[in-house]
Amino acid sequence: MATTANTGTGSETTSTPGTAATSSPASPDTPTAPHPRPGREPQGHRRLLTRRDRATLGLMAGLPALLHITLVWVTALASIALAFTTWDGIGFGTIHWAGLDNFRELFTQNPQFWPAVQHNVIWFAVLFLIPTPLGLFLALQLDKKIRFSRVYQTAFFLPVVVSFAVIGFVWQLIYNPDTGLINSVIGANRPGHYIDWIGDPDLNLWAALVAASWRHTGYLMILYLAGLKGVDPTLREASAIDGANEWQTFRHVVFPTLKPTNTIVLVVTIIESLRAFDLVFVFNGGTDGTELLSILVTDNIVGESSRIGYGSAIAVVLLAISLAVIVPYLASTFRKERRS
Amino acid sequence: MTAVSPAFPRARVRPARLVLHLFLTVTALAWLAPLLWAVYSALRPYAETSTKGYVSWPDKLSLDNFTDAFTQSGMAHYFGNTLLIAVPAVLLTLFASSCVAFYVSRFDFRLNLALLLVFTAGNLLPQQVVITPLYRLYLLIDLPGITASGKLYDSALGLVLIHVAFQSGFCTFVLSNYMRMLPHELTEAALVDGASVWRLYWQIVLPLCRPAMAALATLLSIWIYNDFFWAIVLVATGENMPITSALQNLSGQYFTDPNLIAAGALLTAVPTLLVYFALQRQFVSGLTLGANKG
Repeated sequence: MATTANTGTGSETTSTPGTAATSSPASPDTPTAPHPRPGREPQGHRRLLTRRDRATLGLMAGLPALLHITLVWVTALASIALAFTTWDGIGFGTIHWAGLDNFRELFTQNPQFWPAVQHNVIWFAVLFLIPTPLGLFLALQLDKKIRFSRVYQTAFFLPVVVSFAVIGFVWQLIYNPDTGLINSVIGANRPGHYIDWIGDPDLNLWAALVAASWRHTGYLMILYLAGLKGVDPTLREASAIDGANEWQTFRHVVFPTLKPTNTIVLVVTIIESLRAFDLVFVFNGGTDGTELLSILVTDNIVGESSRIGYGSAIAVVLLAISLAVIVPYLASTFRKERRS
Repeated sequence: MTAVSPAFPRARVRPARLVLHLFLTVTALAWLAPLLWAVYSALRPYAETSTKGYVSWPDKLSLDNFTDAFTQSGMAHYFGNTLLIAVPAVLLTLFASSCVAFYVSRFDFRLNLALLLVFTAGNLLPQQVVITPLYRLYLLIDLPGITASGKLYDSALGLVLIHVAFQSGFCTFVLSNYMRMLPHELTEAALVDGASVWRLYWQIVLPLCRPAMAALATLLSIWIYNDFFWAIVLVATGENMPITSALQNLSGQYFTDPNLIAAGALLTAVPTLLVYFALQRQFVSGLTLGANKG
């Protein structure tokens, strides 16, 4: 902070017309704004740049952008293109236009597709209905300036640090029909009484969701705690003085100010439910009751069938849902940013 | 009243506070229970649990399962693989995203908003959206002599690249917000004095971003360490897997009983837990750095 304040005092903001002159010989190829109006706020430093500086900047922004765009966006677009083709992956010559065949087959003939969609929706619904209020509730309690707050936080947040793969193995120790904690405690670990939490198609999705909620709650708690730090304490005091009880203060003072946090929580929860993969993969490979869209996509590339076009069609469904969430979210975020 | 209460602030423990502490303690213990159960199972010999059952008092507790899991499966090798992937990936991600953030936040070209949007949106996509073409691309790229597999597929380099590409989205967003808070005059003054853009970045802007970089480094280490999906799809040889993804194979091959599985899974979690306990503040602030700016 001291450094920024120090350099700030020797600021050159007012001298922009002069600095424009120093840069003009170095940038003859910029016909735009050779004489900036003196009153205008500087939009950046570009008038001060030498040709070498421009090259450096180009590399600094260009190389990472190239990598990101190639590996993330070009591949996402390629998913869209491939979704309309059939391809066995051997040479480019075998790519054939298939129109909407992949989608038609997916929507009408794939017995796993609609269950997978349903499971993704359930995944989101559960994460939204249980960890979200629970995370908010825990954050509200921990925000009360109580002692040991950090100890409690550490406990609730611990599962977030552990990978889903490890969580999958840890929860198998609880769900195992023979040796697991639950069946041992309720006496269901004897032949004839087994409850197969992971094998039973009616149970396993819910078993996975308990583990996923366990992890998600801590994550949302931290997001809400950060959001609560932004609530003006004087507002709360004022409402307490006015005789509002804890619930009324929360409902009318705290919750409205958490609006930006709620948006983030909603986006994070949707994205997490679309990304869900590791946990069910470790549990049972994402079959027999735990099918998810992410699993179906992967099955079509690493599986023996390797139907690239078909797998891409599933990826496009996933992409469409994701963008329906990401685009409005980012649009509003960046609009706000621009205004500020 | 105002004269009395500050003198004895501890004397009046409100019952509501007590109930709250009781509730939080019980909930926190319940939250830790799955992990504690794994620790308990891992500490007990298999022979004992198979006769007495897992829910029973222990006769003997030892670290044997941990040492067995570690040595029999050759976990050290997979930890090494992770190190080879995670360290370059974290450093490169921070370097790449700070470069883009520097450009976006200090030089207001027309592109900057679009660039930032592309990076941020890319980071939010589910990985499965890109995996099919990515998998094909990695098989197509021949790198004879550079990677052991001769391709980008099945190599540490391939994993590093996708981690950098994917994670730099979030980091660019966070760092550009951070850099935008640095006063404009700071870099303007240096430029007027004739400093090059590189010096500006390396000697002025980057040192000021140290807190944000530390937070992101902590976050990235844990995320990349915990990655399961990229390695499962983009690595074919079991030997080349990083530890988190190798766990799946190891559990079938070496971890033959629940006690060993517990030990192996916990050993895998140890590095992330150590980083978390040592750098909790950085980790949490990193998570919320992106979130605060909503």
